[in-house]
Amino acid sequence: MKRFIERCLLALAMALALAMVAQAKEALPLAEDEAVEQRLVAIAEELRCLVCQNESLAGSHAPLAEDLRREIRSLIRQGKTDAEVLDYLVSRYGDFVRYRPPLKPTTWLLWGGPLILLLLGLGVLAYTLRHRPKIEAELSAAERTQAAKLLEL
Amino acid sequence: MRRVFLVPLLLFFVLAAFLAIGLTRDPREVPSPLVGRPAPGFQLPRLAAAGPEAAARFSPSDMKGKVWLLNVWASWCVSCREEHPVLLELARRGVVPLVGLNYKDGSADAQRWLAQHGNPYLLSAVDQDGRVGIDYGVYGVPETYVIDQAGVIRYKQIGPISAEVLQTKVLPLIRELQKS
Repeated sequence: MKRFIERCLLALAMALALAMVAQAKEALPLAEDEAVEQRLVAIAEELRCLVCQNESLAGSHAPLAEDLRREIRSLIRQGKTDAEVLDYLVSRYGDFVRYRPPLKPTTWLLWGGPLILLLLGLGVLAYTLRHRPKIEAELSAAERTQAAKLLEL
Repeated sequence: MRRVFLVPLLLFFVLAAFLAIGLTRDPREVPSPLVGRPAPGFQLPRLAAAGPEAAARFSPSDMKGKVWLLNVWASWCVSCREEHPVLLELARRGVVPLVGLNYKDGSADAQRWLAQHGNPYLLSAVDQDGRVGIDYGVYGVPETYVIDQAGVIRYKQIGPISAEVLQTKVLPLIRELQKS
């Protein structure tokens, strides 16, 4: 009988613990508006958090990032397009906030650099291949018979 | 006869030079697109305990016709302490009006901070939720803006103003602007 009560109590405790876990999950802040939240994440992924510069605005926990997400959310609710939201941030923080900076004279080298390096590499490769000393590929008669013998085995 | 083996070495030195230059630059200093543009307008309450000043609001247009400084500060900001003696000295000399923007701070904390460290500001505007800060592109307190007679931002200092920056950059610029 005593063991039965003990087991009952244990089961009750476990059920309570489970209920608490379930409750903790429910307590997570839910997005009021799924569509707004999805657009927010899509935009914020493209933006740099200025406080922790290697984090995106979507992933950063810095207070400024939270404020900026709040501003973006309200801009989206006002019906602004993605480009307008980007402009809002670029006009305040500069092109630096964009992970993909726009193509303009100051960023030509940035965008064209990899292509220039690729062409340079191809040039070096072509030059080395053309100027490589020829390797003597012809075999002498003695080498031929030796090779034939080895292959026959 | 062939010096081809020197090419990687040469490339290494070029790369090392670029990286060395990179080390001398501060990645936290992002050029502000606001320099050369009109200072964003706002209407904010002033930092004051009570009395007529508490009801008064501040707007950048109040400073039209003057060269002035807008300094973003907060009581929770550690580097603001570093910069504070420089601001106090600047206020003592009285060459330029200094307006504070109390950024995301508690009013009581802010007033206590000023009482404790001294108040160099003509007045401080209270930006409780940081919206005005966003309009000014603030991302690291303290920041300081030099604004000219027409209300155009002429210079932005990110991080504390050192005595050296004040002497070599800010004061000469202010003198230049005040002449025109």
